Amino acid sequence: MSTIAVIDYGMGNLRSVSKALEHVSPNSKIIVTDNADAIRSADKIVFPGVGAMRDCMNELEKHNLSSLVKEIATDRPFLGICLGMQLLLDSSEENGGTAGLGILQGEVKQFPKPAPNSGIKIPHMGWNEVNQISTHPLWHNIPDKSRFYFVHSYYASPTNLTEVAARTNYSLDFSCALQHNSIFATQFHPEKSQLVGLQLLKNFTEWNGQA
Amino acid sequence: MGLAKRIIPCLDVDQGRVVKGVKFVDIKDAGNPVEVARRYDEEGADELTFLDITASHEGRETIVQVVEEVASEVFIPLTVGGGIREVADVRRMLNAGADKVAINTAAVFNPEFVAEAADRFGSQCIVVAIDAKRVSADKEPLRWEIFTHGGRKKTGIDAIEWAKKMVDFGAGEILLTSMDRDGTKQGFNLPLNRAVSESVSVPLIASGGVGNLQHLADGVLKGGADAVLAASIFHFAEYSVGEAKEFMAAQGIEVRL
Repeated sequence: MSTIAVIDYGMGNLRSVSKALEHVSPNSKIIVTDNADAIRSADKIVFPGVGAMRDCMNELEKHNLSSLVKEIATDRPFLGICLGMQLLLDSSEENGGTAGLGILQGEVKQFPKPAPNSGIKIPHMGWNEVNQISTHPLWHNIPDKSRFYFVHSYYASPTNLTEVAARTNYSLDFSCALQHNSIFATQFHPEKSQLVGLQLLKNFTEWNGQA
Repeated sequence: MGLAKRIIPCLDVDQGRVVKGVKFVDIKDAGNPVEVARRYDEEGADELTFLDITASHEGRETIVQVVEEVASEVFIPLTVGGGIREVADVRRMLNAGADKVAINTAAVFNPEFVAEAADRFGSQCIVVAIDAKRVSADKEPLRWEIFTHGGRKKTGIDAIEWAKKMVDFGAGEILLTSMDRDGTKQGFNLPLNRAVSESVSVPLIASGGVGNLQHLADGVLKGGADAVLAASIFHFAEYSVGEAKEFMAAQGIEVRL
């Protein structure tokens, strides 16, 4: 039985993601934990996160998890979700500039302030089209341009464009999914994206970490 | 193509049971929130909102179980409102599996609570619910004030100024209910929605008064809403969520089909 550890560093609701994983992979053991040994011995890692980048980084430090995440992110299947994707990059404009984990090169930027009556609201909240630009195993059985659920005010701007797995347009074109070796990361919330989201999670539970 | 406008069915829950008579012919237990939620999910609802109307404090624990059960089976965003008064209430709902909480009366009595909750949990999960009622006379420029206690208590606070203030305090979304229209089936209060939508930078959910599918479309096209919330037209199975989306799409509104 394979074990999937959902890293719990005190930021946000992890029940949805663990329930969704249980739903798609009844034969996996899903643990929600901040225990370093448990995380290190898991076969796959899910790295979620909501809220502000600085708070997330502080909590990771407090739980002594920053270096552990860096250590394991590229040696087994690893799924970052929302802030769990943004944290992988070098830095963010949020909170007046916040350092990230620097596992992937690039930065996190704030959406431009929308013009009045442009119809653009921040946060980018709701179901938007995800344009797949890679043929990654995590896209298996997910039609291109499927809609996933987003909620965020900052977006990832990776340096290396070969690490972009999908793009979405909202006032500008941004990278909404990243891939790098055994890392896959999404800005959107697969655990809240109904059937297509569950399919992505199912693909993750079946993934061997090879792109 | 871009971000879809959202359709959000709202379920009133009293002591763990859906009330206001849900009439799905093939649901065995129409009062069971999990069954109703599952049905709306299958029909294509973009989110669900649970409004806890339980009067007694003891009865209110039941909503936690409801959220836990629904969140284990339905994988779309869930919002819970009703009785959210302190940070511990927000935490309890988020831990149970809610993605957002709607804060209404407590925001009026203690606006700092909104700032505190947004700071602790992030603006993305803080919806401020505003119940607004027109206070201007017929020939005066339109003006709305917020009301509490289900529209019974006047506060003297201007609705548009209040919406702006709540966004400054950290609200990630505004749920705007017209107390003049709620329950009338005459459609959203479009001037009110338009005025608030143009005044705030965050998404606006329009609520109150939906009686047919054109009302939903008008909320977006004329009211400037980013999402439309309705209860009775879906509960009584007058229309399915899927029919509502097809209707809106036919009018050029981008929806998730």
